[in-house]
Amino acid sequence: MGVRTVRLYAVVAAGGFRRHATYRTATAAGVFTNTVFGFILAYTYVALWDERPQLGGYDMSQALSYVWLGQALLMTCSMMGGGFEDELIERIRTGDIAVDLYRPADLQLWWLAGDLGRAAFHLLGRGIVPMLVGSLAFDLALPSSPGVWLAFLVSVALGVVVSFAIRYLVALSAFWLLDGAGTAQMAWLAAMFFSGMLLPLTLFPGVLGDVARALPWSSLLQVPADVFLGKYPGWELGKAYAFQAGWALALLLVGRMVQSVATRRVVVQGG
Amino acid sequence: MADSTTGVAEGPGAAEGPGGRAADRSGVVFAERPGLVEGVRAYGLIVMMWLRSTMAYRASFVMTAFGNFAATAFDFVAILLMFSHVDELGGYTLPEVALLYGVSGTAFGLADLVLGSMDRLGQRVRDGTLDTLLVRPVPVLAQVAADRFALRRLGRVLQGVLVLGYALVTLDIAWTPLKVAMVPMMLLSGAAIFGALFVAGGAFQFVAQDAAQVQNSFTYGGNTLLQYPPSVFAKDLVRGVTFVVPLAFANWLPALYVLGREYPLGLPDWVAFLPPVVAALCWLLAGLAWRSGLRAYRSTGS
Repeated sequence: MGVRTVRLYAVVAAGGFRRHATYRTATAAGVFTNTVFGFILAYTYVALWDERPQLGGYDMSQALSYVWLGQALLMTCSMMGGGFEDELIERIRTGDIAVDLYRPADLQLWWLAGDLGRAAFHLLGRGIVPMLVGSLAFDLALPSSPGVWLAFLVSVALGVVVSFAIRYLVALSAFWLLDGAGTAQMAWLAAMFFSGMLLPLTLFPGVLGDVARALPWSSLLQVPADVFLGKYPGWELGKAYAFQAGWALALLLVGRMVQSVATRRVVVQGG
Repeated sequence: MADSTTGVAEGPGAAEGPGGRAADRSGVVFAERPGLVEGVRAYGLIVMMWLRSTMAYRASFVMTAFGNFAATAFDFVAILLMFSHVDELGGYTLPEVALLYGVSGTAFGLADLVLGSMDRLGQRVRDGTLDTLLVRPVPVLAQVAADRFALRRLGRVLQGVLVLGYALVTLDIAWTPLKVAMVPMMLLSGAAIFGALFVAGGAFQFVAQDAAQVQNSFTYGGNTLLQYPPSVFAKDLVRGVTFVVPLAFANWLPALYVLGREYPLGLPDWVAFLPPVVAALCWLLAGLAWRSGLRAYRSTGS
């Protein structure tokens, strides 16, 4: 990849960031909502961990950190959808996708760059304040070493790529279905359930737990949260990253294959 | 229902079919009626139009209704998972929590079904399409509430009803006539309280356009909060949802009466019978907020 190509995608990513940064009132409203939900969930977790300290391998302050991390990463990792996919589905439906395919840029990388920019904004704009409020109101297990914070950020970035790769596949389904609303809904249901947003995956019983932890969605919240809580000391961290990167790569490749099949099907209607 | 169908048939635009403008072209139908009756009637007509348009895509309707059901069911799955590790949460057993959940879920689902479209108002203010609603001879509230009426939200109601049914079957309650009457009363009052919140949230969007999300904290957030027993939450939070945003009257207080449990904050027994009064009060305030919001509205122009 040449310098020019890198610059191109950097510009697209910066555009994604700025585009979401424009809506300041909406961001403030979102932060408010995340914070309210953070409080509600935090109290239910307190009740649960009061009964069963060390449940799922977390102590009380770790469990509370998990709640607030979930609120902070909800938008960043698009666990409830709402990223680029609605727009891409619309472009496929209307046929604008033909223009995108014409551009001297790779379709998948183009949208990935834009989504990374969006995620960066959501991490800053929607993540920091709820986390701060949470840490003031509750006793959270915040990492003391900057290394863990850095490791956490890398894990979040990998989580965003996995999330993107899944949503890209969801969007591509519109080439066959035209109306992507159904797939998008199924996708966010799966993401809510299997990311650990409902409840940490370590609390899921037996086989369900094993399966949930092995699926790609655990990269969105469970793995970054565990990195944050220091569950992957030393070389273990490499395993966590390998898990996330493996899913990211596999899903991106599948996306590429589906894309090449899909674009061969494109028939642009004039008008 | 049959009545409103004939209402559509009378209008000159009735032959337009689903998605047509039957409701606004038949404006004459609405003339000379008192405000509330006219509003409800208009709401019914617009809803019928959206129902017909929904039923044009039955498969899509079934899928999205199922999705709606599943999305809310996950909340309860989370509670079940919690109870797979503990016998009691905040001193409440699973059937007891299920009662709280079922009442809140059903009441909220009903309000969401009837008024859930209110959160599209901000969007309409932003893109200027609210102006179209203002020139029609139909109450604006009825139009906004019925806008894109989504029958798929029945999925949420159904889920709440199922959990409520489970709770009523498994709970060992010494039923008295009063307790029996309490169940429909709290569902209706709860739906009314949540409904008033939707309307108040709509009024808020006249002012805060982009901040539609804040409304979700009170509606969806309130629903999530009420699914757990009050003993779980901090005193100040319970105080807030009792005296400031009176969500506690939607299910907590009447349901605790049915369960024969102690009230939070040392409230007296008779508060369990207040929900209809509180609901009426909420609607009064929401109505005033709506009026002042609508009055303060200034179009964005072309």
